[in-house]
Amino acid sequence: MSTALLFPLTGAALFVMGVAGLLLQPHLLRKIIAFNIMGSGIFLILVGLGQRGGSPDPVSQAMVLTGIVVSVAATGLALALARRLLDLTGKMQLPVPGEDAARDGPDA
Amino acid sequence: MLPGTDRMPDVIPWLILVPLVWASLAFLRGPGRGGRLALAGLAVQTGLAVKLAMQISISGVQSHAVGGWGAPLGIDLYADGLSAILLLLTQVVVLLLVVYARAYFIAHPEGVSYFWPLTGYLLAAMNALFLSADIFNIYVTLELLGLTAVGLVAARGGTESVGAAMRYLLAGLMGSGLFLLGVALVYGTYGTVSIAVLAPLIEAEAPSAVFVAVGAMLVGLLLKTALFPFHFWLPPAHGEAPAPVSALLSALVVKASFYLILRLWLQPFAPLVTTAAAQLLGLLGMAAILWGSAMALSQTRLKMLIAYSTVAQIGYLFLLFPLVTVTSQEAAESALQGGVMQVVTHALAKAAMFAAAGTVILSLGRDDIGGLGGVASRLPVSIFAFALGGITLAGLPPSGGFIAKWLLIDGALNSGQWGWVVVMISGGLLSAAYVCRVLRRAFLPMEAGARFNSPARALEWSAFTLALMSLLLGVRSAEVLILLGIR
Repeated sequence: MSTALLFPLTGAALFVMGVAGLLLQPHLLRKIIAFNIMGSGIFLILVGLGQRGGSPDPVSQAMVLTGIVVSVAATGLALALARRLLDLTGKMQLPVPGEDAARDGPDA
Repeated sequence: MLPGTDRMPDVIPWLILVPLVWASLAFLRGPGRGGRLALAGLAVQTGLAVKLAMQISISGVQSHAVGGWGAPLGIDLYADGLSAILLLLTQVVVLLLVVYARAYFIAHPEGVSYFWPLTGYLLAAMNALFLSADIFNIYVTLELLGLTAVGLVAARGGTESVGAAMRYLLAGLMGSGLFLLGVALVYGTYGTVSIAVLAPLIEAEAPSAVFVAVGAMLVGLLLKTALFPFHFWLPPAHGEAPAPVSALLSALVVKASFYLILRLWLQPFAPLVTTAAAQLLGLLGMAAILWGSAMALSQTRLKMLIAYSTVAQIGYLFLLFPLVTVTSQEAAESALQGGVMQVVTHALAKAAMFAAAGTVILSLGRDDIGGLGGVASRLPVSIFAFALGGITLAGLPPSGGFIAKWLLIDGALNSGQWGWVVVMISGGLLSAAYVCRVLRRAFLPMEAGARFNSPARALEWSAFTLALMSLLLGVRSAEVLILLGIR
């Protein structure tokens, strides 16, 4: 198999694994890692399909760099929210809506 | 006029720079600060958006190469009639919401946190999204929009809001991940991400990878637009946030991803879309109208009712796809006009309704619908604003919502798809039902011993102005539709 196909196919496999993890794992840290795996899969597809005739393509590399910056920012925000949830509920999981409504009380 | 002097200064980059600048200044001033900066910034932005709309109506579509670099390594910005309408709508709605939020956070200071800088960054992302000319830049702006919106939802810090923000973030990341996958496949196939360059290439040849790409992008954007059955994240995120944030998210943020679906559906991917896909979107829209309305009817909390009403109204937007796809030019045109009018009037009406609800909740200190008794006599302006918003949602004349639904029905009849007319009319009746459920309570006498604080006048009148605009748009819709025609 040529490397031209190897990169996008590996990327697709990583993407599918990432999506599955994001949907199926209840633990928030696992969800966040799964999101990063999903992102890496997309970047691999972008770089792999971008190289034509073996020479790397600067535009797709610039896009991947931008994508990495975005996903680092998103991961940071997700980790901050997950920590806050851990402090508030003692669990690294999404709270069930309505469960804690009584404690928060009505508010605007 | 001399040939050189009619070159008007470029307003396009300033629509993105101005909010970035005032948001950063507001951030440096610390939590809770920056309301005045926001007001000044929004006044300038509204002026810029008006100017852009005038330039477009005089001399056609406008474009701008950022820093003079130009595509493919630089970024091109582009504005046509549709972008101008959404830019203008965004600045006007946020300008009024800024007036509202300043008064709201004086009465409710613990919820403010970094509201002002986040709103500024949100606006910069949204304006950049409406001005993007390539699908990768769209991905970046979509992600920025999502992250700032999550920040706004989380700002209150309780379990419910942080949980809703986390759910919103994960759904959003999944959505933009799917979109980026589509971008990667499109770039791999055609070697470009520019919408204008892609259109003829896709028309000439579309290998199967492109169909996968379009599917992934569509599902990603549907997730972000919260079309049924992807709506699960919306009611908690919009219902838990402070009222100005709910208004911002429900009125504008979901419209940004809808705008992208519409733009991509009509422009580069038009040769690929099939009747089956369009009918499927229409059916999901119908399910959203019925499910969202039914859920709104069974809510006990006011803001959750309005949030579910957003789920239903988003459904209306998707009824336009079966009408614009593979039908006569005439039917497609009036359906498109109806859809865009629905975007505009729903944004104004929903902002007004969330703002009015926020005032009611601030004054009563509770947000259950059962405790609304006596509100109509104490807060007549807010309840009037809520009712005017409801008239627009239900599509009664002379509101803008009436024109929107009229044009959509016209498109449905012209293309012989009268089944959708039944959906549109029953959706209107259902909206009237849940709006009246709130109004009926509001006109009952006040409970004995109920607490009541008089709100600031700015709270009531900013909501009223939004509602009035959604109503008056029915009379002044021609201007919007002329602008929409410039492509």
